[in-house]
Amino acid sequence: MARRLLTLTVNGRAREDAVADHELLVDYLRNTLELTGTKQGCDGGECGACTVLIDGEPRLACITLAATCEGRRIETIESIATAGRLSRLQQAFHEKLGTQCGFCTPGMIMAAEGLLRRNPNPDEREIREALSGNLCRCTGYVKIVESVQAVAGD
Amino acid sequence: MARTRVVGQRTPLIDGVQKVTGRAQYTADLPIAHALVGRILRSPVAHGVIRRIDTTAARAISGVRAVITGEDFAAPYGVIPIAQNEWPLARDKVRYRGEPLVAVAAVDAATAEAALAAITFEIEPLPAYFGAADARADSAVLLHDRKKGNIEREVDQLFGDVEGGFAAADLVREQTFHYAEVTHGQMELNASIVEYDAVEDRLISHSVTQVPYYLHLTIAQCLGIDTAKVRVVKPFVGGGFGHRVEPLNFELVNAALARAAGDTVRMDLSREDGFLTHRGRPETDIRLKLGMKKSGEITAVDCEIVQRGGAYGGYGLVTILYAGALLHALYRIPAVKYRGHRVYTNTPPCGAMRGHGAVDARHAFEAMLDIMARELGLDPFAVRRANLIAPPWRTINDLQVNSYGIPECLDRVERASGWKTRRGKLPRGRGLGLACSHYVSGSAKPVHWSGEPHAVVNLKLDFDGGITLLTGAADIGQGSSTLLAQVVAEVLEIPLLRIRVIAGDSALTPKDNGSYSSRVSFMVGNAALNAAQELKRILLAAAARKLEASVDDIDWEGEHCRVAGTERVIAFDAIVEAALADAGTLTVKGTWSTPPETQGGKFRGAAVGSTAAFSYAAQVVEVAVDEETGEVKVEHVWVAHDCGYAINPLAVEGQVQGAVWMGMGQALAEETRYHDGLPLHASMLDYRIATSADTPPIDVELVETHDPLGPFGAKEASEGALHGFAPALTNAIYDAIGLRLNELPASPDRVLDAIQARSREERLRARRRAKDLQPVAS
Repeated sequence: MARRLLTLTVNGRAREDAVADHELLVDYLRNTLELTGTKQGCDGGECGACTVLIDGEPRLACITLAATCEGRRIETIESIATAGRLSRLQQAFHEKLGTQCGFCTPGMIMAAEGLLRRNPNPDEREIREALSGNLCRCTGYVKIVESVQAVAGD
Repeated sequence: MARTRVVGQRTPLIDGVQKVTGRAQYTADLPIAHALVGRILRSPVAHGVIRRIDTTAARAISGVRAVITGEDFAAPYGVIPIAQNEWPLARDKVRYRGEPLVAVAAVDAATAEAALAAITFEIEPLPAYFGAADARADSAVLLHDRKKGNIEREVDQLFGDVEGGFAAADLVREQTFHYAEVTHGQMELNASIVEYDAVEDRLISHSVTQVPYYLHLTIAQCLGIDTAKVRVVKPFVGGGFGHRVEPLNFELVNAALARAAGDTVRMDLSREDGFLTHRGRPETDIRLKLGMKKSGEITAVDCEIVQRGGAYGGYGLVTILYAGALLHALYRIPAVKYRGHRVYTNTPPCGAMRGHGAVDARHAFEAMLDIMARELGLDPFAVRRANLIAPPWRTINDLQVNSYGIPECLDRVERASGWKTRRGKLPRGRGLGLACSHYVSGSAKPVHWSGEPHAVVNLKLDFDGGITLLTGAADIGQGSSTLLAQVVAEVLEIPLLRIRVIAGDSALTPKDNGSYSSRVSFMVGNAALNAAQELKRILLAAAARKLEASVDDIDWEGEHCRVAGTERVIAFDAIVEAALADAGTLTVKGTWSTPPETQGGKFRGAAVGSTAAFSYAAQVVEVAVDEETGEVKVEHVWVAHDCGYAINPLAVEGQVQGAVWMGMGQALAEETRYHDGLPLHASMLDYRIATSADTPPIDVELVETHDPLGPFGAKEASEGALHGFAPALTNAIYDAIGLRLNELPASPDRVLDAIQARSREERLRARRRAKDLQPVAS
């Protein structure tokens, strides 16, 4: 089984780790770095729970090979709160109940974060489309959309 | 000065920060190092006799630590004590494709998979039945011994004078309906970690369960191990919706693997595994006959239901009983005949799913109301208002209704949807539909009747002045831990932050019957209320002693006590100190049980459907139907839910929105499909769950009827609004294009088929008419 040295940045920290050629980014994050905030909710590319930002763009860690992230900048849910403070998006998900069971929440927040970075003022339609790759079984999406709307335009 | 209340406030979840930061740890996230990897080999045969399983080669592989089969278990299991016919790994026979057959534990995933590949077996196929009718045929081979006709349970109930009721009706109509099987689809994949201590033969199971104590008992039963040697810990759980109310095969298999390997084993299951484990809502056929007066008053109901239950009992007999029981208690009905048939088939077992048992029957009933109202020239609101209950009310099947919000729910959605001004005036293809629904606030009798109180909560108050609430009730995302903390904070008039909740650890928390049948807010809420009152009594006495006053003269003012009308005050920390000085660490208990009059009648199966309180809901759905493609788009939903009292209005709204949305999934798109027992839907791409882009606005109004038995008057809020969506949808489709859809889901292919069938029928009729009018050739 071939392994290679992977150099990348995860949550602002430079890393060098040996990864197997076939190792998925989600497994690298969860098992090697113990960043278990990134979830796996399906058998590959179905649900969006593993959404992380790669160079600022939302990507599915469960269908991304870790080895393809050479030189990239990865951001996971663990990086969103800084210095013990929730981001405004996290605060909104918390206060407006954009999270119920919480399992889809990290992926949902990362997808929303990606949207807000490229379009700081999305309308409801744009929010719903940007999150349409992220399944939630609890909320009916109502309060998720409201959570994102609460910080849109800031 | 009026104090700030804790209940009735929009309260974010007490564990919400952990969820939005990714710190919440679900089973698969637990940092348990050096665990072996568990894997399951599943049967490729839908029905057959196991002739041989050879695990020799698998055992010989280096790094394989355990290989087990059905023979390695001490006893079968099942959620219903009288229907325990399932083995964690198949024994003697397999009964569905995907049934667990052999399990292995190995040092890593690759070794475990190599071991599975090295196992050989021989299964002699038997005829397999994938539909209820085939399984019920006279010639069918039996799935289970002594279960004639492959019937798990027959229900035959008669209440009131049904024949007389139909005779007295001005209109009698009968219709058949068909409903696809649907499944829970909770987002968290199933997972189990079992830590096994080989020296002391003890184990700790970390699992995704909704009912920790029952998993605890079942592990002990299946492994033949002393119950005191087992501990079940529930980490964060990513949704349940009924999938996890039964102990599931993988949880028992992983415990047995850990014991066989003498080590810790983790088992991460796939999404496909989840579809095979299933326990969802069964494929259902309904024949429903209703009698009605010109006024809209219902005179009699005759209903027959067949459910394709799958290969094992599970919750099946409760499901088929619920379907009949909840024909009652929504409207005033004088006579009901109900026949139910729960059938064994060679498909993954069905079980409890949100709205348990009553969802399909509610669709049929509300659709019939719509059909008959049209024929009688009555508005859909009027026909429901002609059948209202006046509480307190006892139904003819002995269910007790003490609070009833349907009248107000109807008024609210009629107003919110603009029904009076908009209905009948929308363009073709657009329509409005109405339906009502209800559900229990906890099953009045627990599944495992032991005579104990129905709910127990402990509160521990110690040196730090913090109150630890201990409950066995599993918070699976519905927000139950937050609600319980609110109840205690309200009684003691203290800030929420002074309370921490430990939920679902069978070594620490008192037994709880579990998070099912929407029982936690009501039953455990009442137990928490009683526990808090007990703690308050002890603290008041301590304060009185310290202030050298009579307890009757002490005013409890939240974080301090005062001798009434004076400036003599004692702060909370000093009260705690005084109370602990007397007794040491304080642990108080609160209990609650459903009053006997709410526990149902005396007939067989009467416990199912009985509850201390029913929630009620009404909803209007607006649709746009594309007659070219058959696509049905939901434009808007207005729902009013009678939750008794909203202890946490934020969470109640969230629950109602989620329930309506899940009803929408079943109504529009979700269905499991099998080819010779092989699931064709076993991914989130093939099993169509609505995305944010497919979801309409869902406007929720809360109706508060202040139930006399509920904690602060509260009732359930998580299920009752689900049942009404599907009938409101099909009633709206009729309003839009004049088509009655009696089969769900209303997927484009079904809608288009129905539209085309109607066009064919119209053409034929026109041709026949033209022929009749032609002059006879001379």
